[in-house]
Amino acid sequence: MKITVNGSSHEIDAPDDMPLLWAIRDRLKLTGTKYGCGVAQCGACTVMVDGQPKRSCVTPLKFAAGHDITTIEGMDGAEFEAIQTAWRAIDVPQCGFCQSGQVMTATALLKEKPAPSDTDIDNALAGNICRCATYVRIRQAVRDAADTLEA
Amino acid sequence: MSVTTTSLSRRDFLRSAAWGSAGLVIAMALPGRGRAATMDTQAANSSLIASDAAGFAPNAFVRIAPDDTVTVLIKHIEFGQGPFTGLSTLVAEELDADWSQMRAASAPANAELYKNFAFGMQGTGGSTAIANSYMQMRKAGATARVMLVQAAAEQWSVPVGEISVDKGRISHAGSDKSAGFGEFAEAAAKLDPPEDVALKKAGDFRLIGTDVPKLDTNIKTNGEALFTQDLHHDDMLTVVVAHPPQFGATMKSVDASAAKSTPGVVDVQPIPTGIAVYAQDTWSALQGRRALKVSWDTARAETRSTREITDAYRQRAQQPGRKAASRGKPEQGGDGLAKTLTAEYSFPYLAHAPMETLDCVIHAKDGAVESWFGSQLQTGDQGTMAEILGVKPAQVSIHTMYAGGSFGRRAQPGSPFAAEAAHVAKAHAKSRPLKLVWTREDDIQGGWYRPLNVHRLSGGVDADGNVALWDQTIVGQSIFSGSAFAAMIKDGIDPSSVEGAEDLPYGIPNFRVTLHDGEAGVPILWWRSVGHTHTAYSTETFVDELLEMAGKGPVEGRLALLGEHPRHAGVLKAVADLAGGLDASESGRARGVAVHKSFGSYVAQIAEVSQNEDRTPKVHKVWCAVDCGVAVNPNVIRAQMEGGIGFGLGAALYNEITLEEGGRVAQANFDRYRSLRIHEMPDVEVTIVTSDEDPTGVGEPGVPPIAPALANAWRRLTGDAIRDLPFVKIS
Ligand code: FES
Ligand code: FES
Repeated sequence: MKITVNGSSHEIDAPDDMPLLWAIRDRLKLTGTKYGCGVAQCGACTVMVDGQPKRSCVTPLKFAAGHDITTIEGMDGAEFEAIQTAWRAIDVPQCGFCQSGQVMTATALLKEKPAPSDTDIDNALAGNICRCATYVRIRQAVRDAADTLEA
Repeated sequence: MSVTTTSLSRRDFLRSAAWGSAGLVIAMALPGRGRAATMDTQAANSSLIASDAAGFAPNAFVRIAPDDTVTVLIKHIEFGQGPFTGLSTLVAEELDADWSQMRAASAPANAELYKNFAFGMQGTGGSTAIANSYMQMRKAGATARVMLVQAAAEQWSVPVGEISVDKGRISHAGSDKSAGFGEFAEAAAKLDPPEDVALKKAGDFRLIGTDVPKLDTNIKTNGEALFTQDLHHDDMLTVVVAHPPQFGATMKSVDASAAKSTPGVVDVQPIPTGIAVYAQDTWSALQGRRALKVSWDTARAETRSTREITDAYRQRAQQPGRKAASRGKPEQGGDGLAKTLTAEYSFPYLAHAPMETLDCVIHAKDGAVESWFGSQLQTGDQGTMAEILGVKPAQVSIHTMYAGGSFGRRAQPGSPFAAEAAHVAKAHAKSRPLKLVWTREDDIQGGWYRPLNVHRLSGGVDADGNVALWDQTIVGQSIFSGSAFAAMIKDGIDPSSVEGAEDLPYGIPNFRVTLHDGEAGVPILWWRSVGHTHTAYSTETFVDELLEMAGKGPVEGRLALLGEHPRHAGVLKAVADLAGGLDASESGRARGVAVHKSFGSYVAQIAEVSQNEDRTPKVHKVWCAVDCGVAVNPNVIRAQMEGGIGFGLGAALYNEITLEEGGRVAQANFDRYRSLRIHEMPDVEVTIVTSDEDPTGVGEPGVPPIAPALANAWRRLTGDAIRDLPFVKIS
């Protein structure tokens, strides 16, 4: 299978029903994308597929082929930078394990809605579990990032 | 053998290194926003044994490099509660370092150098990291400072007393000389460490008490932090284990032919805990495991349902158990009292479900063992792996990795997970690195739960409206019994079963707490705040009901009973001030309060609650007051309160592990073992009570009060006293 990740194309010798997550992590060794549940419940495995956040743990390779896949290692742009800065300013992460997925989903939200309401934030991120419950700060950081982008 | 790490060429923070000579390169905690560093764990290990030629190692904790960086070796595992930052702050304070020069790294497994004074061996738990390191790390920093100053004085030929140190610069005003630490690292390394060093007075602190940026935030924001799950080595196999479907069941027979012919599967081996499948990658291993045909022997398995276990516990709770605490005449019961109340509570088994499931990379070769994982009790894990693999403990090295949460799960007396990893290594014929991975299903169904508990409380109020009776019976499995911590059991009482109940702070004249050890074949473990997870709930909801019977307000009533406990009273008053009392901000809402001490810290919380359309609770806001002694890093303390509230709230609302008829676990993943999600997270406001007491922990104490605060608000709102957790049953 041929997949395009972070702008480069890779030939993956694997069954076509293997989830994209394992191709990214075990084959390409891009480990910023995490395994948390394997069943589209937690969002730790979030990647961008053609700019849309997707759960790579339930995306078979055959559906990933032919699309542009971006992992956290390949992210850039104003929204991503604003999210990174906001995250660091208030020390959002605790254990950090869910945070790649949170950052990916939050970035996608800001791309779609540059000035999200609290409800927009909650709705967008409701699929991303943080067992450390850093949610108060995630919400704050997304608001802060939106403010920076607006300014 | 070479080590493969994440896209090395693209990331200058990682560099590849040969395994044998330089060890695995792991991502390091970074102070600056945007700077990066590397840490070679192998080098760090060896620098402990012989003080490093390059740089200055005044003690087991501080490393000062010629480039001025100060690396603090942290004996406590970092899984989000902040010891990398907290302990480095203590060193930096006494060293008068600049925060930007500070680095942190995990200390290796070495009980002599890195024991936790609370346990007598190396490990993290009981919210002890700051408390037991407070003096030790400050002394480590102060010692290094004295030696650097002396080296500078000798080189500059000026008196020691004329030298000052500020923000990482050593200066002599008279001669206008100034230099960084690195310049004297080599000279200082040749001096003898002083026996005794003076420490700063609290009033002189510059870093302690401030919100220094966390050292690990940067790499935990951009995906660069490496967890055990992220390690890849050449020739490494990924291993999953098929565990029995009931606790205590064992393998009868296995047909592994289909598994072995699954593409990518390299080996299948029985081990004591199940059947291990070794494969080229995670997906192949999972496919191979799915193809196993196993029949299990359930002769010695726990086959009762949790309903049956709970019923058995309820029966036992009707009679008092072994006495944990008593005063006055509790055995007289409610005779002569104006009003009495009896309530029975049940608390389910709870999985910890840390975001990163259990995992371990292990490599046994040439009579030595190297391992990388989120080891939380290193001394026990090291000994266990050594025994299974037939080497000495000193030949087992443990690289303690960043861990994706623990909540108690990784602190394993008896080291069952380290043992499984060792057996996985032993059973495979070839010496190669192996990554053992548990899936989420393995995690949720794998046991080592917060024990199921039943509490029965009887209380009463006399004719004058005083709470006059408190008689509590607890039934639950002992966590310490049969574990490395069994010596903590005194007179048949496991303190972790009754903590938070037997030391009830309220001045009630007739008082008793008794305990029955519940029996069940379900493996159990401490879960963030241990016994307080259930005792805070039963005691703080029960006292709330008794005070209402007595016609007293929740805050005033508690304060009146807290005469001898000023720190409890202090946080209670502080939270009432912060929230502006117990009147809800709008109609259709109610507030509830709870106060609880755990692990030496005092926390009070007020929750404001309404009802969702589906009649479940909606928590809008939580106010929290904490007294944890000297606040080393207020930002980390606030974060731990926020996180503890979210963690405790999610469990109270949604979490229970149930065993069905026959003993199988009903839940397997986050669909039925629900985690709190962002839209269910209340706003949180935290106030830290100023204190000069030595610091105590914050990782756990934020958890206990939230469930009773919620329950007390809910009862006020709906009239419904929730006595069987969780609030919401998920079928
Ligand atoms: S790992 Fe994909 S959603 Fe949890
Ligand atoms: S920071 Fe630990 S799971 Fe989110």
